[in-house]
Amino acid sequence: MAAPQTLIDKIWDQHLIAPLQGPDALVLIDRVWLHERTGAVALQSLKSAGRPVLAPAQAFCTMDHIVDTRPGRTDATLMPTGAAFITATRQAALEAGITLFDLGDPRQGITHVISPEQGVVLPGLTLICPDSHTSTQGALGALAWGVGSSEAEHALATGALRVAKPKAMRVTVNGELSPGVTAKDLALHLLAALSSGGGAGRVIEYAGSAIRALSVESRMTLCNMGTELAAFSAIIAPDEATFDYLKGRPFAPAGAAWDRAVAHWRTLFSDEGATFDADYTFDAGDVAPMVTWGVSPQHAEPITGAVPAFDTVAHRDTRQSYDRALSYMDIEPGTPLTDLQIDAAFIGSCTNARLSDLRRSAAILKGRRVAPGVRAICVPGSSAVKREAEAEGLDRVFLDAGFEWREAGCSMCFFAGGESFGRQERVVSSTNRNFESRQGPQTRTHLASPETVAASAIAGRLADPRSLAAI
Amino acid sequence: MRAFTTLTGIAAPLIRPNVDTDAIIPSREMKGVSKSGLADGLFAGWRYLNERERIPDPNFVLNQPAYAGASILLGGENFGCGSSREHAVWALAEYGFRAVLAPSFAPIFENNCFRNGVLAARLSAEFIDHVATSAGPVSIDLPAQEVKAHDGTTARFDINLEAKEMLVRGLDAIALTLTMSDAIAAFRDRDRSLRPWAYL
Repeated sequence: MAAPQTLIDKIWDQHLIAPLQGPDALVLIDRVWLHERTGAVALQSLKSAGRPVLAPAQAFCTMDHIVDTRPGRTDATLMPTGAAFITATRQAALEAGITLFDLGDPRQGITHVISPEQGVVLPGLTLICPDSHTSTQGALGALAWGVGSSEAEHALATGALRVAKPKAMRVTVNGELSPGVTAKDLALHLLAALSSGGGAGRVIEYAGSAIRALSVESRMTLCNMGTELAAFSAIIAPDEATFDYLKGRPFAPAGAAWDRAVAHWRTLFSDEGATFDADYTFDAGDVAPMVTWGVSPQHAEPITGAVPAFDTVAHRDTRQSYDRALSYMDIEPGTPLTDLQIDAAFIGSCTNARLSDLRRSAAILKGRRVAPGVRAICVPGSSAVKREAEAEGLDRVFLDAGFEWREAGCSMCFFAGGESFGRQERVVSSTNRNFESRQGPQTRTHLASPETVAASAIAGRLADPRSLAAI
Repeated sequence: MRAFTTLTGIAAPLIRPNVDTDAIIPSREMKGVSKSGLADGLFAGWRYLNERERIPDPNFVLNQPAYAGASILLGGENFGCGSSREHAVWALAEYGFRAVLAPSFAPIFENNCFRNGVLAARLSAEFIDHVATSAGPVSIDLPAQEVKAHDGTTARFDINLEAKEMLVRGLDAIALTLTMSDAIAAFRDRDRSLRPWAYL
């Protein structure tokens, strides 16, 4: 009998073209995604080297990173040179013959939202994108990872990458999530427990009853934050929920080809007795709604807690960086997190801007108003999410509560030189990074679930969504 | 790609955990569809008191006379975390850095270094602290996988064989892989019958 294999082993073996030196190998890449921020650089660089794209039908491009998200948008961006990125990417994608989800295309949106929506990512595929949050797509059972522009060029030109096989780490989440606790809280809980280096170049396979119970969209949220753990990627073995999600999607197989694919996908799981480089297990019932207090995603605490003292976080931080985080965020140890007044609330990004995220936020916002003085913005993750939300009347709920309702894109998850939150403003955000000046120069970001963002927008300070849901 | 064999130079310490690529090159500094024009924006948020007018912050390491012309950067744990932007490495290289020494790197950043002729070498935090406090130039010998501080103390570093050879010989990864095009084509042909849904 063959030795037990992990899910990663199986996908790796199916893509192994040839071993190279040491642990490196030449592996087949099934899908390449590009976006306007780095897509044009990669495609122009290939063109100037006289290297054609090997398989244009397997490459896709969208406009998400720097596009304007205000209603009635055009190619013009609030960032001074943004339009040049958009027009250059459009031109380069057209010349290369790759599929482009352009501005105005009903399929446009954030890469990691539209790739599953369109059925571009499928279980067992290898997929790369010059974007660190590509780990999101591992939620469908693909080996999907973020790369630099050079690697994107390499995969486009050759259909393969030279890469060392990543080690596998299993994170098992048993039990059940408590009401009001989400995949985002699981991710932040794990970051607080393991630190920002906790995944250290490994692929994290999420397993256990609490993971099986997550919707496919929630699995994407969890896998999205894998990169914040310094992981190579994150993955969840495909199951019936995955197949139900993908069936009928435009780029997914259909008919007899679908049946054949599903039969193959059912073999994609870690065998009993397979060995992992590292294992971590916890109970979902121990997880509370989480919020970050500092400038790294590992700076996370339960919303019911307080800004921690150094000795409770010393296992994952140095004194110097802890002090720096407190000073940047203008907070004191011991202050209850729910005492922190906010200036703005943001719901969006590849982490938390899918239809289910907007539905859960709207359930909290319905019949309520954003606190005076708080700027609140909702940016759907894709044009399809926006249309579906509008068909359900969710846009009215957001607008009536005092939120702005935007066009799809990455928007204010990061500051590219256009729109931003103000200096020293405190923002509660459903995004993935609370780095210094990430959302704007000197902006102070608190990461949380969309529910917590909605509840905080209403309260005017960081708030526990469970306290509002009960009213 | 520019080859990397040995290097002797000034090492600038920026020893903080989790220095992210947003800090190395803020998104707002990526102004053109290009791999160049980025050195001026390197560490912009920390380097300038006033970013727009480019008024240097005298407290930031790269603005201190002792580190003028530094070609080696000393970092902390999980260096280069965050965004995959290769612009972080292009900016470091354009500024003049040819090597980054840190206890650990974020995986995408580390690989981006290797693809651009920049050495990312993992060394203990203790040795990096020692290099930082030992004034004077530091020497790196990649073939021997060794770093020598100014006082003569040495430490060996591990590096993936493939990355080492690419750096030492200054190889272009794409050109190298294109020599294996026949093997790739044969693999794709065979695979297409096994996993037809993967091919569009």
